This record gives sequence, C-alpha cells and structure tokens, in this order.
Amino acid sequence: MADPILSVRDLVTYFRPEEGVVRAVDGASFDLYPGGTLGIVGESGCGKSVTARSILRIVDRPGEVESGEILLRRDDGGIVDLAKIDPRRREMRAIRGGDIGYVFQEPMSSLSAFYTIGNQLMEAVRLHRAVTTKEARQRAVELLQLVGIPRPEQRVDAYSFELSGGLRQRVMIALALAAEPRILIADEPTTALDVTTQAQILDLIRRIQDERRLAVILITHDMGVIAEMADTVAVMYLGKVVESGPVDAIFHAPRHPYTQALLRSIPSVLAEPRSRLATIAGSIPHPYARPEGCPFHPRCARSIAGVCDRTVPVVTKLDERHEVRCVLYGRPAEAAE
Amino acid sequence: MTSPQTILSVEGLKKYFPIRRGLLRKVVGEVKAVDDVSFTIDRGETLSLVGESGCGKTTTSRCILRAVHPTAGAIRFRTDPTRNVDVAVLPRAELRPLRRQIQMIFQDPYSSLNPRMTIADIIGEPLLVNGVSSLAARRTRVGELLDLVQLPRAYMNRFPHAFSGGQRQRIGIARALALNPTLIVADEPVSALDVSVQAQIINLMLDLQERLGLSYLFVAHDLSVVKHVSHRVAVMYVGRIVEVASTATIFHRPKHPYTEALLSAVPTPDPRRRAKRIVLEGEVADPANAPPGCAFHPRCRYAIERCRQELPRLATVDGSLVACHRSTELGLTGVASAAHA
Repeated sequence: MADPILSVRDLVTYFRPEEGVVRAVDGASFDLYPGGTLGIVGESGCGKSVTARSILRIVDRPGEVESGEILLRRDDGGIVDLAKIDPRRREMRAIRGGDIGYVFQEPMSSLSAFYTIGNQLMEAVRLHRAVTTKEARQRAVELLQLVGIPRPEQRVDAYSFELSGGLRQRVMIALALAAEPRILIADEPTTALDVTTQAQILDLIRRIQDERRLAVILITHDMGVIAEMADTVAVMYLGKVVESGPVDAIFHAPRHPYTQALLRSIPSVLAEPRSRLATIAGSIPHPYARPEGCPFHPRCARSIAGVCDRTVPVVTKLDERHEVRCVLYGRPAEAAE
Repeated sequence: MTSPQTILSVEGLKKYFPIRRGLLRKVVGEVKAVDDVSFTIDRGETLSLVGESGCGKTTTSRCILRAVHPTAGAIRFRTDPTRNVDVAVLPRAELRPLRRQIQMIFQDPYSSLNPRMTIADIIGEPLLVNGVSSLAARRTRVGELLDLVQLPRAYMNRFPHAFSGGQRQRIGIARALALNPTLIVADEPVSALDVSVQAQIINLMLDLQERLGLSYLFVAHDLSVVKHVSHRVAVMYVGRIVEVASTATIFHRPKHPYTEALLSAVPTPDPRRRAKRIVLEGEVADPANAPPGCAFHPRCRYAIERCRQELPRLATVDGSLVACHRSTELGLTGVASAAHA
C-alpha cells in the first residue's frame, strides 16, 4: 500500500475553560491514504469534530492541540507536522484550503449572505492561485458545474439564501475544492439534509473522489453513511479511538464492546417491523465527568472490576489494519473469545 | 367514523398558508402545506407520517392538535366509545378537555422543558391545570409516572439541566402521559438523540403502547426508526399522501415511485449491501407552486404524459392505498426483506 497522505499520531486536544478540563480528543491515531475514505464515527461528545478541527488547526479557544503529531505528506514528498505549526501563520493558511479542503454541517452559516456564491468561489480560487478576475470567474463556473449545479453561468451570480439546502451544500463542496486539495474533510456533510438530497451529495463526493483521487475524511454519527462510503473506519468514544479497521471488519467482525453494542442498537430498514432494539445502558457522561480507566467501562457489559475502571487500555493490533483499545484483547491469555 | 376501533379519522384535511406581498399585505398566492389528506388511526395503533422537509407532515400533526387552524376538512376524534368530535371546528373553549386525551411529545428535549421548574412541577403541571389541586396527590401520580418511564423517583426534585437528552425525553413522555391520554402525537421524538439513547426511547414507546393501549401518530423523516415503531406508514410528498400501507408492505413492496426512491436513498448499515441507489434528480417541488398533475412527475423515472396532466387519486392496489396512475403496472423494489445480514 502507498504511504499515507495524512498520519495522525496520539493527538491530544483539550479545552481548558475555567470550570475544568475537557479532554475532547485524548490520544487519537489513524492514517489516511491517497484516494481512500476514512470514516470517523461516534456519538456526541466523542471528539470526532474536534479531531477534524485539530487537523485544520481551527480549534476554538479555550481549546488547544496539546500534543501528538499530524503528519501531512505534501506534493513534493516532504512531510510537515501540522501540530507544530502556528495556526495563524501563512504556512497553515496555505495548507487549509490548499492541501486540505473542508465541508461542515451547516451550509447556511458557513456561506456569506453578503456576497454572491461566485464572489466567494473566486476569492477561494485567488487565495491559492495567481489568476486574473476573469480566469477566476471562469474557474468558479467550472467548479459549480463539477458539483452538479444546473445552469452554473447564471447561478454564479446567485446569493446563498436563494439556494436550497442541497444546492448550498454543493456550493460548500465547490468551495472546498477551489484550490484542488488532495484531502477533503467533510464533517457531517449530509446531516442537515433530507434523505434523497443526502443520496445526491454522497454520490457527488464519491464521483469527485474517483475523478481526482481525493482522500476523504468523512465524519458522521450515521453508521449507514459510514457503511456506504468508508473503506477504513475509526470508532471514537469520549475522545479515544476505541477501534479502527477496514469497513467490513468493523461491521462484520467488530471487537470492541462499544462498537458491538453500537451496531446492535442502530435501527435498520432491514429489521422486522416493530422489533425492539438492543440498547446500551446509561448515557454518555458529562464532559467534566469522564470516567477513569476505559471511558466506556460504566456502560460496558463486559467490564472487569478493578481493571477497566483503573487503567486505560492500550491499543492492540488484531491484524495488519484492525486495532482495538480494550483489555479483552490486550493480554494474550484472554484474547480468545 | 368507519369502525368503533378507530380513534382518529382525518378526512380531506387542508391547510393553506397565504403568501402576502407589498405594503397592503395583499394575498398573492397560497402555500398548500397540507392538501386533501385523509387517514385513520385505530386504538393501540401507530401510524407514521413520513416524508422530507416541507412535505406537510408536521403541519398535519399540528392541525390535529389544533395548534394551527385547518383550512378545510374534518378531524374526527373518538372521545368515548359512543361519541366523537370534529377537532377541526371545535370552539376554543371546548378544546381544553380534549387536550387531556390528545398529548404530544416534542423533538427537542432541551427546549421543551422549563429550566426553572423541578421535574415534579413539570410532570405535575398538566395535573394541576386539570384540577388536581392536592400536592400529595400530584406527587403520588408523578412518582407513578416516573416509574412508568423508568426514571428513579428520587429525580423528582431536580431541575432539567441535570439530565441527559435521553432522560429529558423520558420526562417529556411522563408529562405527556400524566392525564391518561388515548392519542399521542410524537413529532420526531428521537431525532435529536444519540443512537445508543434513541434505541432506549424507541423501546420505551413500544412498551408504553402495549401497557397503556396508546395510539401514536408518529411524525418522522428517518425510515429506519419508522420501521421499528409503526403498524402502518403514510408517505407524504408536497402536501399529499402518496401511499399508505402496513409497515411490511411499504418497506418490502412499495407501490409508489416516490416511496421506492425514498427507501433506496436510505443508507444501509452494512458495507456488503452497497446497492445501486436510485438517485432522484432535482429538488422537492415548491408547495406554493406545485407542478400540474402528479407533483412528483418531474422527478419520477416512470412518468408518462398522463402524470403531467391529471392528479392521481388514492386508490386501493393489493391492500395498499396508492396515488399513482401506473401503480398496477409497475413492479417496484423495496428493501430486502427481514433477514438481517
């Protein structure tokens, strides 16, 4: 396999408001390969969005990337550690948008209502490329065409509020692709959309990815979207990647008790009508009250008293690509299920 | 009403919102949010209204609660075995006793509970409003209700901020049950919750229905959730019902092309089932300016000339009610049946 285009190692991002510490991301590691799709999945508070924002170095105060490495392989083969760059420096601004494009959940609040979408696209193009106004406008029309917006020559002069939610999200994707990045980070790109519009947007992301060998990090709470799109999956719970591996292994041979329980609890159109769902006991703890030891132990059916509530389990490699952070697999004697 | 088992019968319901323009606020058009909707719900039954944003499912539910005043149609609700009332035309003064029997569960458990009231006050408020003046009697009932939604009685004196989303939704359900309603209107009750908590609330709603014989009108956009709660499903598109059938029939043998496309668009949580999707072209039609004929025809891959001109009426086809000119000739695809991979 080719070298990863992005490697995150032991990423730690904490928020330190006056009331205490929120360990939003607490040691996350994963790799992204050229042309591949990494799905990061988890429930609220698991740190999936903060992970994305940490990579882009746009974590809001009082949050800060505290340690770890975010290694980006650039076109020339050189490697930069984004965790070590000052987020306000020009170098980081060139990477943001230039090497890594990003799309967020709320297309309405991410687009300006004061400028036409053409203006915003042209600005994004000219931020990274030295082109004339005319060329930038031509490029804006091409980008709208690429993301499947009908009548791009006219729509380039429209304002975001004149567009539907689905079209706005297409504009967001066009903006993210303006400088031809090699990585696209999409954080819940379809959560605010209806299901038929979601299908259109997922289709679009797949098509563009194939055409440009784009590497995608797709962040979502929706296991269905992950199953549909990802080739590698990282499951997060309370700031930690508890399990990662190829999508088929995660869905058909999950090892971490959280992944197993989560998969059992998702409603499915394939289920028997009116069938009860398996549940996970309790609820996600408050950010200030994270459990000691394994973050999942208070809700885990297989928790071992005196072990899981005391020590943070280490990552165990089950095979070349499948890793799990759980004591059930940590000690070889108990590894056999 | 059709049968004594029927608790709610909606007949030809319409809700048009005027579009006003200019200095004199002249009416220049109408948004036909709900346009000739009919359905029934039986005692102990769950009917789900599904569709995408703007299809009129929420407006329909708000008409039944009389939170909005319907433009036309009847909403017959059975108040006791021998009597029914038309909620659509009931004078305001007569609505209050009715509201004991029809209750609602809201989508957002964060904004639907007053942060300044204790749990006992929140759940006890409908009792107080309806004449249970003794504090002791109210607290006894609140205790029973907390048992019912599986929350510890000790939570009674706490405030909402101390609770998670799932616990708040349980509190909202306890409040809805306080006056022993017969019909519960639940508008997206689990869509704001995390998956692991969503499953708990779905199971709770199923249990309560069995124990108390409740009827649910369940408004939702998530078809997977709908599969787990419904006896029957009504699919809406631009203000109209396009198909009504039993849950198994809707999912496995859809008869309307829109239902087929909707099912096909739902991502399946199994990477081995990455099916070829039917990706609909274009956007949902504007209810202020719906296309002539069948509103779905501009996006329908089976559309013929007749669909562009003539509005299809709901008709019975193999036990389903379908509004499609071609429903008898098309063999549409649903989701694979029950076998969980």
